[in-house]
Amino acid sequence: MDTRTKNVSLEDLQRIVGAEHAREATPEDAVDGVEPAFVAEPGSVEETSELLRLASGEGLTVAPRGGGTKMALGNPPRELDLILSTTRMNEVIEYVPGDQVVRVQAGLRLQELQDLLAGSDQMLGVDPPEEGATIGGVVAANSTGPRRYRYGTIRDLIIGIKIVLSDGTVAKAGGKVVKNVAGYDLSKLFTGSLGTLGVIAECNFRLHPKPETGRTVAVELSSPAAANGAAQAILHSQLVPSAVELHWREDVRLLTVLIEGIEPSVEAQVETASHLLGGFGEVRELTEEEAGTLGPLAPPGAADEVAIKISTPPAELAGVLSSVLGTTERGGVTAQTTAHAGNGVAYVGLSGGEEEARVQIVEELREIWTRRGGSVVVREAPVTFKERVEVWGPLGSRLELSRRVKEKFDPRGTLNPGRFVGGI
Amino acid sequence: MEHDRLVRTMEAILGPEGVISEREQLRSYECDGLMNYRVIPELVVLPETAEHVQQIVKLCYDEGIPFVARGSGTGLSGGALPVESGVLIVLSRMRKILEVDIPNQRVVVEPGVLNMWVTNEVAEHGYYYAPDPASQLISSIGGNLAENSGGVHCLKYGFTTNHVMGAEIVLPDGTMVNVGGGKAPDAPGYELLGAFVGSEGTLGIATKITLRIVRKPESVRTLLAAFKDTEEAGGAVSGIIGAGIVPAAIEMMDSLCIEAVETAVHPGFPQAGAILIVELDGPKAEVESQFEQTVRICEENNASEIRIAEDDTERALFWKGRKASFAAMGRISNDYYVQDSVVPRTELGKVLKRISEIGEEHGMRVANVFHAGDGNLHPLVLYDNNVPGEAERAEDVAGEIVLTCLEHGGSLTGEHGIGVDKKKYMPKMFATEDLDTFQLLRCAFDPHQICNPGKVLPTPRLCGERPGPFRMHPVQKAGLAENF
Ligand SMILES: Cc1cc2nc3c(=O)[nH]c(=O)nc-3n(C[C@H](O)[C@H](O)[C@H](O)COP(=O)(O)OP(=O)(O)OC[C@H]3O[C@@H](n4cnc5c(N)ncnc54)[C@H](O)[C@@H]3O)c2cc1C
Repeated sequence: MDTRTKNVSLEDLQRIVGAEHAREATPEDAVDGVEPAFVAEPGSVEETSELLRLASGEGLTVAPRGGGTKMALGNPPRELDLILSTTRMNEVIEYVPGDQVVRVQAGLRLQELQDLLAGSDQMLGVDPPEEGATIGGVVAANSTGPRRYRYGTIRDLIIGIKIVLSDGTVAKAGGKVVKNVAGYDLSKLFTGSLGTLGVIAECNFRLHPKPETGRTVAVELSSPAAANGAAQAILHSQLVPSAVELHWREDVRLLTVLIEGIEPSVEAQVETASHLLGGFGEVRELTEEEAGTLGPLAPPGAADEVAIKISTPPAELAGVLSSVLGTTERGGVTAQTTAHAGNGVAYVGLSGGEEEARVQIVEELREIWTRRGGSVVVREAPVTFKERVEVWGPLGSRLELSRRVKEKFDPRGTLNPGRFVGGI
Repeated sequence: MEHDRLVRTMEAILGPEGVISEREQLRSYECDGLMNYRVIPELVVLPETAEHVQQIVKLCYDEGIPFVARGSGTGLSGGALPVESGVLIVLSRMRKILEVDIPNQRVVVEPGVLNMWVTNEVAEHGYYYAPDPASQLISSIGGNLAENSGGVHCLKYGFTTNHVMGAEIVLPDGTMVNVGGGKAPDAPGYELLGAFVGSEGTLGIATKITLRIVRKPESVRTLLAAFKDTEEAGGAVSGIIGAGIVPAAIEMMDSLCIEAVETAVHPGFPQAGAILIVELDGPKAEVESQFEQTVRICEENNASEIRIAEDDTERALFWKGRKASFAAMGRISNDYYVQDSVVPRTELGKVLKRISEIGEEHGMRVANVFHAGDGNLHPLVLYDNNVPGEAERAEDVAGEIVLTCLEHGGSLTGEHGIGVDKKKYMPKMFATEDLDTFQLLRCAFDPHQICNPGKVLPTPRLCGERPGPFRMHPVQKAGLAENF
């Protein structure tokens, strides 16, 4: 068969990655309704480099893909010819438990890495809720979870990176030591770059000891003000929780505090936390099962039609909740909120009501929180919605510089064109 | 631009007291903390506001004049070394703490604010600013940001980059941008802040910085343990880390260093082949239990003596000894050369052994004091400048040490930066493709290469080049350079 896209045939791709690792795309490979022509799965950095060199040379546009859990993030692609899947590059390259550092290929699934590390009582301190996410995807999408309260986000844990630029250049930055200031910190630049600057091929991380045990304390909340009060009480205490999460939907209004560590410390901190939270509502400890579905680790409402992320200064929690409740009530839309309450990050799922109403709500929230120094990003939404609401929101003074960075790293606009901020 | 006109134009922006052009006065700015490189700048300017900085930079951009930012000038890699016929922009008059926001755990400062002032400002609320370079009484937040400075407590709490949440930057073309969310996390778009921190003043000038502050821990315990040699002390370090303990700090000094410190500040340290200072902090129950465990691990590794700080005064004495170690070298040697390099923790033993061999091979003494938890070494090569050839030999020894660290999977620098001092070693750690990729970032920020030129990257290149449609990357075509 000879289907050619911009002068590239399937055989051209197969010559690079092997016959069984390149295929024509199917409707399942579409990104926001845009169907690519091909899917290729390189097995090495060299193959990735060759693929990209071919693609950029021939003007093919490329979307890197890991576990595919975050393909809904971003504006609809301006163009898409080739999906470059990293899932065959899934090896742990180097792991020395005594150094608490690991080097992995980007296509490795986070869960597999965590399972391996657990064998040495260690972990990578990120816990994004998506199942099946790969390391490269977690880095590219800057996925975070509840434990960011204690361990920071992936930018704080990544210490080295190997990338493949769209012209095929393979480059690295950082290294495999935790402390290192030689050269520019491209690991951070690539964190959250959503595959628009280059393909992430390998990452090095610092690790943490896996806590021996954990318990979750929760307080029932009566109002947004109580939510903020409870979160602030924990934030300014000398406790060291792993996560401080808020769950606010029709049937649940809880602030949960996950405490992890060695047994005597967890015991003592649970007691202090219960005492501190007592001033804001009824306090109880969650069973492990309840914590699993409700507590800090519960995924944000996945089936919702529109999912947004509101980032604000952490002490604005009451304001965030009130603004969500106010706008959704007026719009006849149901909201489910899960917030990393200690960090100032709220995920809101909007369901029911008219699309028009949801558009209104997101725009209103964006107007309020951008003005107050935060941001509102659309995480997941139908294409019809994305056609009406720009996904990322205004970028202000950073836009021009961001364009210049993109222009330098991917001058031909090969990688994920149109998906990122300001149409990058 | 001709000198007199440049002076007049700058004076029009800053007033006469904001411009230094007398040669004798310019001399006080000819070097930073690394004194073997000296350059007298054409002009020193002292802006008082971000708008001043913007106007100065815009003028430099329009006229093609190179400029260098300087904070307190304590850098140890020549980052703030002026360029000839360039302008040195000294930020020490921008020293206001602009905002303290306890509910959001943030402090907003001007770049010239000294590191310690931040902690002083928030201490009454039970907070502190975690990154604690030994120079914290004199180094500026702007300099800390540019160098991504670390300190003894960064093993547990992270480096400057983990504590800077936002910055207002004047780009080399004079435009002003805000990077990072500041008080709100996760600003959409590229992580430009993460790329800017640690860029050694080559991507622009930070004029306003938002910092995260940290709650003081409930409990702190500190011990000092003496060992026969660095190998046994190293065994204790591995034991502690291996037990899943994350100490707030874990520092090692060898016998030569102990001797120097003892002579200089008399902290009463035990005579030993090596000592460790270990500090744990956090919730009381955790600290108590893990501290006992730490004592046990030191005993199991044959510690000849363990001292436990009973109060803050005793703790301060331990730290006084540690923090004085660079300066103390003056007591046992005329001159010394501070090296800063990193190895994976598990390679420490081998590398220390090799360092002492290198010293012996060259007939030079090397003292070691280092952040044992993260493998960041500070070998101090002792020499006498009055003996012809010794300074060069010291540099050779330092060079061999850093290459040894690279061979063991480490890095050229853990906290002092590349600056001018180590750029010649960059090709040993990075392949040409890596360096070219760094250059892409630099060109995005500074297309005319006027911002701290000649630092960090070994061979300056022009920014205009761009790979055409079918061209291979020049480096690939040449088949150069391995990745490691
Ligand atoms: C005794 C002593 C102990 C030290 N201990 C440590 C230590 O423990 N840990 C450690 O990490 N370092 C240490 N240092 C090194 C030094 O103190 C740090 O690198 C410090 O961060 C430099 O700050 P500064 O204000 O002196 O910066 P400067 O030396 O003035 O400048 C350093 C670099 O930052 C750039 N720069 C300055 N201000 C800005 C700005 N506003 N925007 C952009 N770029 C800027 C300059 O161009 C230069 O490249 C020590 C130095 C001494 C002398």
